[in-house]
Amino acid sequence: MRHLNIFASSVRLSCFAVVAVLFVGCGGNGAGSPTAAVEIGGPSGTELAVDQTLHVGNGTGPQTLDPHRAEGVPSSNILRDLFEGLTLEAPDGSVVPGAAESWDISADGLVYTFYLREDAQWSNSDPVTAEDFVFSLRRSVDPATMSHYSSILEPIVNAMAVITGKKSPAELGVEALDALTLVIRLQRPTAYFPGLLTHSTMYPVHRASVEQYGNQFAREGRLIGNGAYTLNEWVVQSHIKLIRNKFYRDDVNTTIDSVYYYPIESQDAELKRFRADELDITEEIPYQQLTWIRENLGDQLVISPYLGSYYFGFNMTREPFQNNPQLRRALSLAIDREIITSRITNAGELPAFGWVPQVANYSPVVPEWAGWSQAERDVEAQRLYAEAGYSADKPLKIELLYNTSANHKRLSVAIASMWKQTLGVETELLNQEWKVFLETRQLKKTTQVFRGGWIGDYNDAFTFSQLMHSANAMNHPGYSSPRYDELIERAAGETNLSTRADILNQAERVLLEDMPIIPVYFYVSKHLVKSWVGGRKPNIMDHHYTKNFYILKH
Amino acid sequence: MLNFMLRRLLSAIPTLFILIALAFMLIRAAPGGPFDSEKQLPVEIEANLRTAYHLDEPLYQQFGRYLANLARGDFGPSFQYRDFSVTELIRSGFPVSLRLGGLAMLLALIVGISAGAYAALRQNSAADYSVMTVMMVGISIPNFVVAPLLILLFAVGLRWLPAGGLGDGEARHLLLPVIALAMPQIAYIARLMRGSMIEVLRSPFIRTARAQGLSMPRIIVQHALKPALLPVISYLGPATAAVITGSVVIEQIFGIPGLGRFFVQGALNRDYTLVMGVVVFYGSLIIVFNFFVDLVYGWLDPRVRL
Amino acid sequence: MQQPMGRSLWYDAWAVLRRNRAAITALIILAAFSIAVIVGPWFSSYSIDATDWDNISIAPTISGGHWFGTDALGRDLLVRTLQGGRISLLVGIVATLVSLVIGITYGAVSGYLGGRVDQVMMRIVDILYALPFMFLVILLMVFFGRNILLIFVAIGAINWLDMARIVRGQTLSLKNQEFIEAARAGGVTTAHIIRRHIVPNLLGVVAVYVTLTIPQVILVESFLSFLGLGVQEPMTSWGALVNEGAQEMENAPWMLIFPAIFLTITLFCFNFLGDGLRDALDPRDRGASL
Repeated sequence: MRHLNIFASSVRLSCFAVVAVLFVGCGGNGAGSPTAAVEIGGPSGTELAVDQTLHVGNGTGPQTLDPHRAEGVPSSNILRDLFEGLTLEAPDGSVVPGAAESWDISADGLVYTFYLREDAQWSNSDPVTAEDFVFSLRRSVDPATMSHYSSILEPIVNAMAVITGKKSPAELGVEALDALTLVIRLQRPTAYFPGLLTHSTMYPVHRASVEQYGNQFAREGRLIGNGAYTLNEWVVQSHIKLIRNKFYRDDVNTTIDSVYYYPIESQDAELKRFRADELDITEEIPYQQLTWIRENLGDQLVISPYLGSYYFGFNMTREPFQNNPQLRRALSLAIDREIITSRITNAGELPAFGWVPQVANYSPVVPEWAGWSQAERDVEAQRLYAEAGYSADKPLKIELLYNTSANHKRLSVAIASMWKQTLGVETELLNQEWKVFLETRQLKKTTQVFRGGWIGDYNDAFTFSQLMHSANAMNHPGYSSPRYDELIERAAGETNLSTRADILNQAERVLLEDMPIIPVYFYVSKHLVKSWVGGRKPNIMDHHYTKNFYILKH
Repeated sequence: MLNFMLRRLLSAIPTLFILIALAFMLIRAAPGGPFDSEKQLPVEIEANLRTAYHLDEPLYQQFGRYLANLARGDFGPSFQYRDFSVTELIRSGFPVSLRLGGLAMLLALIVGISAGAYAALRQNSAADYSVMTVMMVGISIPNFVVAPLLILLFAVGLRWLPAGGLGDGEARHLLLPVIALAMPQIAYIARLMRGSMIEVLRSPFIRTARAQGLSMPRIIVQHALKPALLPVISYLGPATAAVITGSVVIEQIFGIPGLGRFFVQGALNRDYTLVMGVVVFYGSLIIVFNFFVDLVYGWLDPRVRL
Repeated sequence: MQQPMGRSLWYDAWAVLRRNRAAITALIILAAFSIAVIVGPWFSSYSIDATDWDNISIAPTISGGHWFGTDALGRDLLVRTLQGGRISLLVGIVATLVSLVIGITYGAVSGYLGGRVDQVMMRIVDILYALPFMFLVILLMVFFGRNILLIFVAIGAINWLDMARIVRGQTLSLKNQEFIEAARAGGVTTAHIIRRHIVPNLLGVVAVYVTLTIPQVILVESFLSFLGLGVQEPMTSWGALVNEGAQEMENAPWMLIFPAIFLTITLFCFNFLGDGLRDALDPRDRGASL
């Protein structure tokens, strides 16, 4: 008590500061969600608003709107409105026909024949042809295009050879039989191929404008797309405005007239703009304010499973984790995942005991210890820790590397604290700015334990499994198991879907036995969506098309 | 006078050159590169990118190329905004920053000078203390606390003003950011003004004027104001630099597409050309600005011979 | 003959300062804060990194033992606020000292030697002035991300420009005074003159500068925390705490209010003290008021 008295004199001085904070706090509390004077959707609940303008928060700004050179979620969100691939996703995430009305798959699963729509047009009224797709897919893999993401096309015959400059783009396995028939040849049966076609590297680009403007074609006033919207305005770091493409094949069924995408890096700022009714949909929510959001904006909070795994990785190429599976297991067991998902992230993330999240056609591995209580896990962890030669007198001292972010910070602090409490491990936390982090992690020199996350590129187990193959450049732990590699290679060539799933399952079991990574939780997507936005459904890829949305009267 | 101006302008050239060289080396020395990302690029693609941006050349050659382009007014292509040149980005971001910063400085000068002069005239009274205490809040509470408070109160709570963005650049979009940006500067200027005003008021020539029976308002406007403004004028240089720095936070919180935000994003993304562009641009701006401050100073204070 | 001006200056200054109630209050509060942040954490039953999953984001209570409440990981905010104060004050002082040493040396040498050397040295200062400060700070964070003290040594190392200019100006006016000329005539070396005569006479300016620079550096630190480039967890600083608190000002206002009070009052006090010192140490001012 004594040392508190010292502050008594200062408290009086600061009174007005406190008052200011409290005053504003009060002002803010009352303004959670204004009860709209008009019932949403009118008396029928389905009446549309006169003004069909949508305002969407979009994380960071896109680097480019050239679908082949773009990367990252923010650009993909916008590109889905501007371009249409051979297939599309319905609001629930299922793959449906897009620019192709239908397709045939050969009996061996290697040849896809797509039949394009007769009425499909570019936004300047040129017809969309099979030739356009041939040109575009070749452009996408052409190393001269410098696509960051062209490896998505890998299943197509010769794609990797073209990307690595060993073959010419003309040798890519695509061919136009006539104006409306397109043939794509695959190296091996690929169950998720129709889903891959929704990726922006597979979008068609308008040949004439690419030839005229080169890499600069995706700018305001130049961009010609075949999607439901066209680019109207692009002010870097401010907003991107899209308006309806009146030549879009399905324009009659489109409701939203224009959509604004705002780059807002700060989730806190995004939340405030949502509360001020300046945004209809947010890209994220600030984790720290989740409780407050639940209480005040609960009906507008949309959370659903997302195709991603949050993990911590061990550096398998150095001491102390090299050749030390007991220690790795001990550290993994000592983490209380229920605490993490229920107290720290608390948005509905699923505790992860395995590596692959719930994906199509796959049943994830559930290890035995997933069924234990945390107390049982702790006992086992302590046993393994002692077995590995550590004790209270000789504690393990490690460094945990994470990149700058409030959420990663909280998780890293929590995990360090759990290790300390259960095992007595002394963890030094090291926060690095993103680019430095990437380089440090890649070098695998000083790193011991690091944070990682993997978001699947397509709805299939393989996008996760292949990551831990020893030849994968993004295998950050440096995990190298001949057995695992062999299983992954076998799965890649396997034509039978259920055999393939079995092999991948086996691989995951090998991985969890070796434990080069500590799975922590499976991601969820988190958005705030105004209650007057209709036609939007959560899906595991978190992919949404503005053309499916509508705004109710409010 | 002309001679002085010429000399100053010429001496700016080596200054600028060293500035460019320093910035060039520092940003290249930072760990991580523009093409590092969560999903690694195929080696061949990365090699192509490096060639396209001339990163495969020796450093001195890259520097030479940069200087040659710069001499033609070409800041090069941005790494991050792949379809834009740095010149375009500066052209779109600078007017925004200029308006924001200019208005903030204007507000800071008007409020700061009046508050400082007022406090000086009532030196050591309750009015003096309360004005200066309020002013001090501006330099005692960080910007990133003040700005969200303003947003909560005026945008989310009262709904008078927008919570972010620039809209079409209307005044209502600029009001909160300008206030948040001006607050610390108001405080500094008020303090400077108060100090120098007190000093001027005690000087013999003011006493003489009072003895001659001139009215106080007239003395202040005609005699005291000009000399009392000198320290404020010489503070304008650093103040501008501070406004530029402060605008990084403000632009981030209010989602305003100004140069400050480009700079931070550029630095974090290792967008070499964008960062260089902003540094060189701001550096030259500060040089030019200090030059004008010197001119104004000389005009106000006859004792300084140019 | 050593420092006649210095001694009487300090004596008079203290007399003036003592009568400035705001400055004295500021001085007392700062002393109290310094003691609290140094000693306080030892008296607390909590450690700065002790997480408590059952007490996450608890509002302040006396009975519950968390007088300032807890943060989002259930850590006691009182001990974190005190610990954060250590870092904030430490970085403020370290950076200021570094800038002081460089600034005084640079300014005194430049001003005393004059001529071509002075011109070149001041040209270098001009160049550094034109380099946006932020740019350097962000790059430094990238280089020295590991060690907060190193960063502030670095910040001090680029924040000495004002000091160098002030000191140079003072030196220019000092160096032609009689006692310096007498020393020079007596064959004393230049380094000795700078060290024994010029520098001690600059202390008044320096004292003001220090009290005004420390709060600036503390603010720079908080700015870095805003960018996510601040001190490494589980260590913290007032800037980092205020930044975390600002994110939760509605659901856990205590996380903002307590650290913000400490930060704000500290900055207030330094500024009041600086103003008081300036009044006290300015001979012209004193002459007028006496």
